[in-house]
Amino acid sequence: MAPLMFFIAGIGAIAGAIGVVVVRSPFYAVLALVSHLVCLAALFLLLRAEFVAAAQVVVYAGAVMVLYVFVVAYVGGAAEPVRPAGGPGLRAGSIIFAGLLAVELLIAVLGSGLKAIKTEGADYVFGFGTPQHIGQLLLTRFLFPFEAASFLLLVAAVGAVVLARRRGGLDPSDEPAPMIFGKRPLGTGTMREGVGDVNPTPVLGARAGIATAAAEQEAAGVASSSEERGW
Amino acid sequence: MNISWYLTVSALVFSIGAAGVLTRRSPLVILLCLELMLNAANLSLIAFSRMWGNGDGQIFAIVVLVVAACEVCIGLGLVVAIFRRRLPIDVDEMRELHG
Repeated sequence: MAPLMFFIAGIGAIAGAIGVVVVRSPFYAVLALVSHLVCLAALFLLLRAEFVAAAQVVVYAGAVMVLYVFVVAYVGGAAEPVRPAGGPGLRAGSIIFAGLLAVELLIAVLGSGLKAIKTEGADYVFGFGTPQHIGQLLLTRFLFPFEAASFLLLVAAVGAVVLARRRGGLDPSDEPAPMIFGKRPLGTGTMREGVGDVNPTPVLGARAGIATAAAEQEAAGVASSSEERGW
Repeated sequence: MNISWYLTVSALVFSIGAAGVLTRRSPLVILLCLELMLNAANLSLIAFSRMWGNGDGQIFAIVVLVVAACEVCIGLGLVVAIFRRRLPIDVDEMRELHG
């Protein structure tokens, strides 16, 4: 059973990888990478790495690929033109380079004197690769890499916000026209107006509190949507 | 299955990813091909972890997973920033830092 699973998952992984490189549309390249990642998770399971396989599917095929799909949808995801990259011969040269790299890696892997890679590996002990095992390792022996990785994630999140936020330097003619509100309809506006700081909205009747809350909610909705359209 | 089979798959996927980084021009697809290479490295790390019956390789693979997620985060932020500035999303066109 294991060899059959290995060949299905291995051929799927290689086919997915080829799909990422060959397919022209970025959207389909992302989908090919998702299938590649799922096949790779199956290989991880065959290697008794249960937790890493689950993390692979959840983090990669779930979260990261959704991020990719969003960015492809935002950027437009136009297919690349057929013009060869850099100049004639570079594509052929890079394919030759990749072939040579594959040959070299295979020689290094299969021709090595390591005897253990011709075996199925060490004996399986119960509990190897389970979340308990991984968690114990992460919080005892590898506590510092764990904390360093969490700090790296924080830095990456801050960096992404800094990179993607709106900033000066844009050509003014590229800016979309600002949204001009003449006379706002009742109950819309900014949050500051909602609490009656400026331009107080007339509130009708005895249900003043409820109406104010509703106005505030609407105001928040309007503010966020106009912010979205603003850039 | 012998461990060498897994290492073979890993080597092939790594070379395919390297070919993609060299041939494609959209930074989005180049990031995808980088993911392929990182995943190939992950596969061999986990194969060696299985070979020794030791969990260290799996921890290493998880750290690589985190680093890949950070790299995607920053890379996609750069792509969005490039798009905002109405520049072509093409690594061949962006050669101001070419030297």
